[in-house]
Amino acid sequence: MDSALIPEGARRCPFPVFAAGIAVASAVLLWGVYAMGLVWIKGLNQTNMNDYYGFALWIWADLAVIAIGGGAFFTGLLRYVFGIDELKHIINLAVVIGVICYSSALLILAIDIGQPLRGWFIFWHANVHSMLTEVAFCLSLYFSVLIIEFIPLVLENRQLDKVPFFHNLGHNMHGIMAVFAATGAFLSCFHQGSLGGVAGVLYGRPFAFREGLLIWPWTFFLFTWSAAAYGPCFTLTVCKIFEGVTRKKLVKDNVVDLLAKISGWMIATYIIAKIIDTIYWAGVTVSDMGFSFMHFYSDNAFYGVWILFTEIVICGIVPAILLTVKRFREDKKLLILAIVLGTIGVCINRWVMVLQVVAVPVMSFDTWALYIPSWQEVATTILPIAYGIIVLSLAYRYLPMFPQEQELYDAK
Amino acid sequence: MTKDNHGKAYKFGMVIDLDKCTGCGSCMVACMSENNVPFKENETDKKDSLTWMTVYKLTNGKPFPDTDICYMPRPCMHCGGKGDHGHSPCVSVCPATATDYGYDTGIVSQIYTRCFGCRYCMVSCPYHARYFNWWDPKWPPGMEEYLSPDVSPRMRGVVEKCTFCYHRYQEARDRAYYEKRDTIAEDEYQTACTQACPAGAITFGDLNNPDHEVYKLVKPDPHNCGRPRDPKAFRVLERLQTNPKVYYISEREWVRKAGDNYRKGEWDKKNMLTKADGQH
Repeated sequence: MDSALIPEGARRCPFPVFAAGIAVASAVLLWGVYAMGLVWIKGLNQTNMNDYYGFALWIWADLAVIAIGGGAFFTGLLRYVFGIDELKHIINLAVVIGVICYSSALLILAIDIGQPLRGWFIFWHANVHSMLTEVAFCLSLYFSVLIIEFIPLVLENRQLDKVPFFHNLGHNMHGIMAVFAATGAFLSCFHQGSLGGVAGVLYGRPFAFREGLLIWPWTFFLFTWSAAAYGPCFTLTVCKIFEGVTRKKLVKDNVVDLLAKISGWMIATYIIAKIIDTIYWAGVTVSDMGFSFMHFYSDNAFYGVWILFTEIVICGIVPAILLTVKRFREDKKLLILAIVLGTIGVCINRWVMVLQVVAVPVMSFDTWALYIPSWQEVATTILPIAYGIIVLSLAYRYLPMFPQEQELYDAK
Repeated sequence: MTKDNHGKAYKFGMVIDLDKCTGCGSCMVACMSENNVPFKENETDKKDSLTWMTVYKLTNGKPFPDTDICYMPRPCMHCGGKGDHGHSPCVSVCPATATDYGYDTGIVSQIYTRCFGCRYCMVSCPYHARYFNWWDPKWPPGMEEYLSPDVSPRMRGVVEKCTFCYHRYQEARDRAYYEKRDTIAEDEYQTACTQACPAGAITFGDLNNPDHEVYKLVKPDPHNCGRPRDPKAFRVLERLQTNPKVYYISEREWVRKAGDNYRKGEWDKKNMLTKADGQH
């Protein structure tokens, strides 16, 4: 039915099966859209946020999707700027994931603000001292760059490619992609960093506050580093999910191995920096403010030392070891374990830097505040997942997302 | 404040005597009434209620008969920020410049029509002094008639907070300008909570003016970001360097200790140093 659109020689499931899958994802998407409509029409009272939880599930989702979407900028940097040619076989996937993650982040932000129609004020009345202003500018610009990086892939669709203009446009855009990749990497360093800065500058919130270099708190650098380190883990996780669902090998082992190794070394260096940061924060920063380390991990029903241990040891040190040691990395099960742990690790980091920050009591007579999101918050957070599944499915079906697919199929 | 409208710089602040406060809540009621603060039909969930002035109940944690209680009214602290340069925790983070620091008054303002409701300022404030309008502001039929024409009601989806009754300052300033005076007198500008407090626990005035009662009560040190020199006075979370302009006074040591966080043994060490300084 849609065979004319499918890349030449590619084998795809029958259209009805594909349509049924898309319908299921669309149903979930519509549930999210309904919740989004409720929030836009009735306001943020549809959420379980409150004056203690000004930032909650959505801001975490925002930070998390931007972190795991970091594979796009980092893989682009490695491929186009550092010239690691093997990565051209996975860059398309990284870019599509990036587009999904960043468009989702912008959508979530649009839902999360109390006066959505005034969203443009962040650009018009910009406060240059605010990290959020930097986030808004860099995020929007980088999303534009991602779209530019995405266009050549779309133009490679079998039917679009027949149009000479599109064919030449796509070809020429490929030629100058290094410029956009470098721009994207530059912008990403700043918005990933400024997202870290959003928490790090909060000197009224000891759990988040960090000293730093000039105007940038240490979280600025840690967030950029962690996105570059863990982002490829998510790219590889999605790749493995694709291979599992389609029951096909889509990317050669040497490509996966290379990206996994780079990710592993990045995680290893990041986690060392994170451990140093945590020790300094606990021993000096919060100590000077009159807090003990255990103040942030006790006297409440949820946040204990377990969360720090999970973030740093289980989802940091463990994947770093598994990905840097060749023997472990080449074991398929351990590889999958490592990339999944890595993805979870960065999400936990973003969680604590948003939700634990506001949960911790600061005034000596204040109490811990815990919160459970409303169904509207959950639905609108699941919405990007359904949207991502749909976009990825469409991209896989109609675009040559995995350049090695045919070769691997023929070799089988 | 004559024709060129150049007045001197004030630094308005508040001193609350916690030993006088009875926790009656008059300050909260006066504040809500004065500033057109809306309320919900069901106010049981205090975490999304609008209470610019909140009264906290503190206890010394000791069993009977040593139990002691203190009520602590908490307006917006109008922080001067690190170094007292006006980079308050909230002002510095607002992405749309919807909250600003008045260098002529020391008051942290909120521009409701510019706020787009990102709530970053609320997250930055350790005092929970900022409130979000989760709901449309509603008043029971007929009660709209009692709204103050000097204060604009806020719409759903924006942040609001105590303004130190800034409209009263504007009124006093306008009067001074009309009467060709350069300064406004202490009693010309007083907040609603100050006037409503039946115990006289709240004092308001210019912290830069040695003739004002607030200055006399706490003796702010201008070379130390306004830290109180009076040993019975303190500011909440002094160690975070937010430099609030709301000071508290108490004779009770446990109350003063509750104003900040101290690791084991730190409070005693601080006390010993303070006493030693006093002896010199």
